Amino acid sequence: MSSITREEVAHLAHLARLSLADSELDHLSAQLDVIIAAVARVQEVAAEGIPPTSHAVPLTNVFRPDETTPCLSAEAALAGAPAVEDQRFRVPRILAED
Amino acid sequence: MTETTPRLAGFTDAVARYDPVIGLETHVELGTRSKMFCGCPAVFGAAPNTQVCPVCLGLPGSLPVTNAAAIEYTIRIGLALNCSIARWCRFARKNYFYPDMPKNFQISQYDEPLCTDGWLDVTVHAEDAPPRQVRVEIERVHLEEDTGKSQHVGGSTGRIHGAEYSLVDYNRAGIPLVEIVTKPVAGTGELAPEAARAYVTELRDLLRALGVSGVRMERGELRCDVNVSLSPKGSDRWGLRTETKNVNSLRSVERAVRYEIERQTAVLDAGQRVTQETRHFQEASGTTTAGRSKEEAQDYRYFPEPDLVPIAPAPEWVERLRASLPELPSARRARLQAQWQLSDLDMAALANAGALDLVAETVAAGATPADARKWWLGELRQRANTAGIELAELAVTPAQVARVSALVASGALNDKLARQVLDGVLAGEGSPDEVVAARGLAVVSDDAALLAAVDQAIADNPDVAGKIRSGKIAAVGVLVGAAIKATRGQADAARVRELILERLS
Amino acid sequence: MTADLTSLTAAELAAAVAAGEVSATEVARAHLDKIAAVDDRVRAFLHVSADVALAAARAVDARRAAGEPLGPLAGVPVAVKDVYTTADMPTTCGSRILDGWLPPYESTVTRRLRGAGAIPLGKTNMDEFAMGSSTENSAFGPSRNPWDLARVPGGSSGGSSAAVAAFEAPLAIGTDTGGSIRQPAAVCGIVGAKPTYGGSSRYGVVAFASSLDTPGPLARTVLDAALLHEAMSGHDPCDSTSIDAPVPPVVAAARQADVAGLRVGVVTELGGEGYQPGVLSRFGEAVELLESLGAKVVEVSCPHFAYALPAYYLIAPSECSSNLARFDGMRYGLRAGDDGTRSAEEVMSLTRGEGFGAEVKRRIMLGTYALSSGYYDAYYGKAQQVRTLVIHDFEAAFEQADVLVSPATPTTAFRIGERADDPMAMYLADLCTIPSNLAGNAALSVPCGLAPDDGLPVGLQVMAPVLGDDRMYRVAAAVEAALVTRWGHPLLAQAPGLTSAAAEARSASDD
Repeated sequence: MSSITREEVAHLAHLARLSLADSELDHLSAQLDVIIAAVARVQEVAAEGIPPTSHAVPLTNVFRPDETTPCLSAEAALAGAPAVEDQRFRVPRILAED
Repeated sequence: MTETTPRLAGFTDAVARYDPVIGLETHVELGTRSKMFCGCPAVFGAAPNTQVCPVCLGLPGSLPVTNAAAIEYTIRIGLALNCSIARWCRFARKNYFYPDMPKNFQISQYDEPLCTDGWLDVTVHAEDAPPRQVRVEIERVHLEEDTGKSQHVGGSTGRIHGAEYSLVDYNRAGIPLVEIVTKPVAGTGELAPEAARAYVTELRDLLRALGVSGVRMERGELRCDVNVSLSPKGSDRWGLRTETKNVNSLRSVERAVRYEIERQTAVLDAGQRVTQETRHFQEASGTTTAGRSKEEAQDYRYFPEPDLVPIAPAPEWVERLRASLPELPSARRARLQAQWQLSDLDMAALANAGALDLVAETVAAGATPADARKWWLGELRQRANTAGIELAELAVTPAQVARVSALVASGALNDKLARQVLDGVLAGEGSPDEVVAARGLAVVSDDAALLAAVDQAIADNPDVAGKIRSGKIAAVGVLVGAAIKATRGQADAARVRELILERLS
Repeated sequence: MTADLTSLTAAELAAAVAAGEVSATEVARAHLDKIAAVDDRVRAFLHVSADVALAAARAVDARRAAGEPLGPLAGVPVAVKDVYTTADMPTTCGSRILDGWLPPYESTVTRRLRGAGAIPLGKTNMDEFAMGSSTENSAFGPSRNPWDLARVPGGSSGGSSAAVAAFEAPLAIGTDTGGSIRQPAAVCGIVGAKPTYGGSSRYGVVAFASSLDTPGPLARTVLDAALLHEAMSGHDPCDSTSIDAPVPPVVAAARQADVAGLRVGVVTELGGEGYQPGVLSRFGEAVELLESLGAKVVEVSCPHFAYALPAYYLIAPSECSSNLARFDGMRYGLRAGDDGTRSAEEVMSLTRGEGFGAEVKRRIMLGTYALSSGYYDAYYGKAQQVRTLVIHDFEAAFEQADVLVSPATPTTAFRIGERADDPMAMYLADLCTIPSNLAGNAALSVPCGLAPDDGLPVGLQVMAPVLGDDRMYRVAAAVEAALVTRWGHPLLAQAPGLTSAAAEARSASDD
């Protein structure tokens, strides 16, 4: 009884924008199947009424004042960019409309 | 995939058979000094990628820190909208890939918004109908960060379709954004388009009064998504709704709602189902077009933002903020209406004409309410209509109108001259006093000058003069008119009359 | 003279530099020479920055000459895990996707260390994006354990650990998300500590799992680790999760080094089946040692620790699937497949497909799965509940004991390649360390001997409550002192190969 199918793994790869070769997909699917079955152990724990913890060390209300601080120069910001045009990051054509 | 131009139903016919249900999602760019999670300046119009830092660029290793003012502004917005303020809430990550989002997730709020369950009362004005009160319920007000901006290059329209590549500027990434979501609003019927517009207008005015944003729609500081669905009359089943984006002006809000009602009616009439989808408003044609169809609805995989700690606004702080709220537009309107002693209809007329603030400022500059209204709703509205612009766009200020009004009240100008002075101001010739001087438009009260005109009028009209001498005072009007004409309308009519009678007695 | 300097502790070096007995430049040179001599075999470093190191050393010497005050670590070399952003050295995180990336900003921790006068020698190897327990997931090849070059140095801070164990640096910094400082320290026979979460700033630490990542020190002695811990820790307004409270007095505690009257809790669930017998025997001896030093030893049960590993392997991947989304070839790093016809979405996928290694891909997909609508409650949500229960277990345990102890990791260093194809087997290395990451409390590993079955180092894990970091240093220092007395020398003196004088002579004659 598998905990995840190859199709589901392919779907996850798409959601996560990971291009995988078929052999990679096969290999990873098998491994993920095992891992998911193992981590599913958390469901054995009786946790009725137990609140989830998102922050181990509880803090609240950490703010900064509304003041400006120095920026990077455009040159520094763009320094590592694979492609630059007109002082902007040049990226390939975007398909999806936001 | 292009849509063929759909057949539309007529609007009146549509709302006779269907009840529209509308909803609005509004994004407001807060006017804080710095960005939501970093200290970069939150300014408009800077050179590309000059207002960025590791945090708003989402560089590896960077971490967000919450802007205290943004929290304060959001709470104030919630309070002004009669919302409950969360005692404890968190930010959440909204995960999706898009080049204008540096981290490929947006820090937002999901199931724990800062403000919930409020309302905004809106007065909807329509042609030939008494104003209607609509209570728009607010589902939530939450905080998030804005994205960068992409410019699409290479296509014919500058839009995404057909573009070869895009150029991204992250100056806007990280600017604080407040999202205000209404609950669905039913029961507006044929006034749905106006109601949507009225809500956005009232919201905009409220935000401006709070001082939390410049709310300039043309700069993207206030953005609307409009939701519309249709419910067959008599049924309590709600239809599938569409969400229309790219609605960039108040007028577009109204047009988008109207178009969607007509379009959805045609779809339903043809026996089809309305597709639940995101559409785009086309400014030029006033229509909406389908967005690219997606295979599946987006799964944003929301989870609490681990790099930020929860927000727990202290109740005393919230109460202080509540106590320090400024007078909201609705309260202000009620106060002015009482002060000016106007009927609802008169107030509506002011609102409809976009004259309320102008009149208020004119009164503040010294004019009487009656005079202010007379000028703005009369002469000036005519001028605006002729020029095809809004009242507020006329090249005359409330202070200047108040000055003209004061000159008339003091007798220095009469109505006719006043109109000429306004012409001069609108033409850019200067202030009212400068125009009066330059054009020589002052009422002439100097007796010596008047007597010359009076004597001329008497000399030119001996029969009329004779009648007056013999007691027919009513005939004096002819001589008054002649004398005034001789002074190019600048004579003080009352004084002229006196002088004529003196001369002929 | 050179060999002497690299065998000194950080405390000794700092004192010598401050006293003018040796210059910072000499110290830096000695360590750079050592790296040049041995790193071709140890492979601890991805980038050695001689220029930066010597410039920093000269600056310290100039300050000293001018009579200006010196920082506590002035002149002491430090190796930096390649997960920290450094403005003058590349930061790769052990990944192809960031190969050659030069950050435009500096991490808070490295900035503070430089401010304290420490000399950064370079960036050390790590499992890609801190995911792994051996450095075998590094895109640039694994580092080697100086005790046996055919074995792993642990991970993910394996490069840092190997560098210290090989005497290439007296100090190193790493990060600990599931045990990534403590486990490599244990298998390399050195000290490695995970401060209380939020005790040191994550600003400039490339994120793996935000609610678990903790920057921390690695060193050859407990006192050295404490000195580094103090210098690198403290509140940072750039990190919203950093604790606004004084750093616990870890240096004083390390000097105090006594356990008389302290209650030491042995965690029942962290032992038994699955643990190497040699590890368990050394651990048992360490517990006896503590008792003989005056500690009161008790058994404590933390029943939910059995679920800590699966909970961790849901929480960490979930957070990392989101944290690593930014690596898409649009703004920095690798961009693959942009031939002018492909869409941004395709280029993102190709870039990530090519730039990420297998373990990273596994965890991203696992995390994407756990956060998906429909699965969130059963996986991520449930794991966060287990986290609460683990925290409760610790709270109850710390009522009964002042510190808790366990082996740092179930086995000694395994062979390179031994677990590379078995992710689950690899994950088991974190069994003992994960609970403290989930709960955020402080924990460290201190060497407690060599396993009798294979002669490889075993680490004793000491756990302290949140903000009780000083307690674990106190206990660790006591154990260390007692063992060094018993052995007559520090553990590392027993390391074969690189660290023995004979090996020095061998490598000298090989040159």
